[in-house]
Amino acid sequence: MKDLAIMIVGVGGQGSLLASKLLGRLFMDAGLDVKVSEVHGMSQRGGSVVTYVKCGKKVYSPIIEEGQADIIISFEQLEAARWLPCLKKGGIIIMNTQTIMPMPVITGRAAYPEDIQEKLKECDIRLFTADALSLAKQVGSEKATNTVLLGVAARFSDIPKDKWIEAVKNTVPQKLLSLNLRAFELGYNL
Amino acid sequence: MKELLLGNEAIARGLYEVGCKIISSYPGTPSTEITEAAAKYKEIYSEWAVNEKVAAEVAIGASFAGARACCAMKHVGLNVAADPLYTASYTGVNAGLVFVAADDPGMHSSQNEQDTRNHAIGAKVPVLEPSDSRECLDYIKLAFEISEEYDTPVILRLSTRVSHSRSIVTLSKREELENKKYIKNPEKYVMMPAMAKKRRVFIEERQKKLLELCEKGSFNSARMGDRKIGVITSGISYEYVKEALGDRASILKLGMTNPLPVDLIKNFAQKTDKLYVVEELDDIIESHCKKHAIEVTGKEIFPRYGELSQNIIKQAILGEKSEGVTSPFSDLPPRPPVLCPGCPHRALFYTLGKEKVFVSGDIGCYTLGALAPLNGMDTCVCMGASIGALHGYNKANEERTGSKSVAIIGDSTFIHSGITGLINIAYNKGTSKVIIADNSITGMTGHQQNPTSGYTLAGDPTATVDLEALAKAVGIKNVSVIDPNNLSESRKVIRQELNKDEPSVIISRRPCALLKYVKHEPAIVPNIEKCNGCGLCMQIGCPAISINEGKVRINETLCVGCGVCTQLCKRAVLTQEIKE
Repeated sequence: MKDLAIMIVGVGGQGSLLASKLLGRLFMDAGLDVKVSEVHGMSQRGGSVVTYVKCGKKVYSPIIEEGQADIIISFEQLEAARWLPCLKKGGIIIMNTQTIMPMPVITGRAAYPEDIQEKLKECDIRLFTADALSLAKQVGSEKATNTVLLGVAARFSDIPKDKWIEAVKNTVPQKLLSLNLRAFELGYNL
Repeated sequence: MKELLLGNEAIARGLYEVGCKIISSYPGTPSTEITEAAAKYKEIYSEWAVNEKVAAEVAIGASFAGARACCAMKHVGLNVAADPLYTASYTGVNAGLVFVAADDPGMHSSQNEQDTRNHAIGAKVPVLEPSDSRECLDYIKLAFEISEEYDTPVILRLSTRVSHSRSIVTLSKREELENKKYIKNPEKYVMMPAMAKKRRVFIEERQKKLLELCEKGSFNSARMGDRKIGVITSGISYEYVKEALGDRASILKLGMTNPLPVDLIKNFAQKTDKLYVVEELDDIIESHCKKHAIEVTGKEIFPRYGELSQNIIKQAILGEKSEGVTSPFSDLPPRPPVLCPGCPHRALFYTLGKEKVFVSGDIGCYTLGALAPLNGMDTCVCMGASIGALHGYNKANEERTGSKSVAIIGDSTFIHSGITGLINIAYNKGTSKVIIADNSITGMTGHQQNPTSGYTLAGDPTATVDLEALAKAVGIKNVSVIDPNNLSESRKVIRQELNKDEPSVIISRRPCALLKYVKHEPAIVPNIEKCNGCGLCMQIGCPAISINEGKVRINETLCVGCGVCTQLCKRAVLTQEIKE
């Protein structure tokens, strides 16, 4: 498998840490070198949050910059737009269609950009959108939004589906497992 | 066995394997998970100390007793622990003693940027700098060996990207150690002038030996690639250099950055055509090279502040730029961190805003109250400064401002270094008003227990600081308790206290909305028909509230039904029935 750089972007509290942990585990079990860079502390409090997952024969830098990401998994639309320049030309964006207003928009000092999806479609990228929040609610918990998106991501991976399911089993707490497995399937079969 | 561990978790694993028996720390991003992960090993006694100075002293005492000991903190925590560190350098150790300090270049979660190596130079102690989780595990072991062999505390310097990145480590077994015997030796362990003068000489001898070690130690190694470009680097910067340049450069990777080798660098310099120093924050390796007349290029092309990265290095050395997708978006609104929905600090700042007081702030989640729309803070410097600084502010105004100013400090920060400031107010006849925002947890760093929460790091019930009794005991007569989410009552009490010519302590008590035991009410359902879009509810800056097409909207996923907005609404749009 070739080197892969994935960014998980969203809003603090949306569950990106679990998603990155799961991906890291998946790649390690596939025999690859892995680095996962997480965000803790102040930036988690409802701020813009970005997590990097990189794998390959040997990974050095844990971070991803302009033009280095193969895939961006975005938990929120504005965040997909924000981190777009990090994507390689022709790269993949998997975007949850949920929108969360940032404080400057709530207080009226800024406007939430319109037509994010339309504009993204015109870029040199492959865009896949999913209403992951609704699908997660369908299986019983909005906290499974991350697993829905991972299900979508699994379709673009060289790693077989059963290995992904194994990684879900190894990462998700036991009592939430069946719910998350259903969420994963919904994403995978979109 | 292999595991994908955070740098911080790898440190904890290393502590376990190296036979460390004690860790005492104060939480601080990006260092917090070290001690949390260590606490999972029952063989390591792990505790949250009240602050970094005490944590360091606990570790020093444990080392004297003959057990391998550690304390972990963020970079600014080492300032607090600097006093014991500088003299522990004189006493040296009995069993190994390691200070782990995590720097935060780029200030992801800090009030300043500091390079821990400066403290190491000042204290004359060795510094090791791991680049990834595997090295975190290896270097913590090495740190204990060096500590015992050279009779010195050792600093392990981390940075945010090392602490909070996961990479693969191979686990091994724990080395079980008997405590070394404590032998009374005042010449070594009692630092007063006569003894300290002798130990000062010892430090110089130790420095010479450490210099020999860093010239030949395998932790400092040259990795030769193309010899046209040579790079000297350490820590996370090594990973960036390697990613940016690969085999297009030869790299001298320094695992120990205090003291720094001379001959090793000179030899490396001779083998390469042009030599660069790549280091985050201060120009410590670069200055060392220049002092020894080794020609290097450093901060003239690399930034002196913020984080480095592969792109910065690639562009500075090779002039190459990596380009991504051209963005059709411009002027995207930023998304700064905010107080969580239901956060008890929000209502407190709203009330203080209504009273138009000067707010001397402190370090914690509540510092976010400084941001719009609450704009609820005038100053914030360091842990505990709110109280001391307010006293100074009011003395400078001959106490006339006492009735128009407050200090605001969290429960954990108050214990850390606010108590001394409060005693200072009482003792020096101040009139300052102190609000302790008691949310029953250390919030910002991710919910650590503290002496006001009633539980230890291990989750065991323990003695609890009685804040009301403590304030009275130090000489504060006016002590009151408010529920910040009760707007009218808390405003009444705050106004009443502000009017007194004596110091007051107001305890603003309500647990953090993220605590598991805190029960949330159903989300508020607005009666849209009645809403005229007046925006009164918007003043509290709740992320769950917005106005769309002139009507209020409540994000039901975010709203926890705290009910503060319902107290602001004058048209009964936002209402709540609380079932008992």
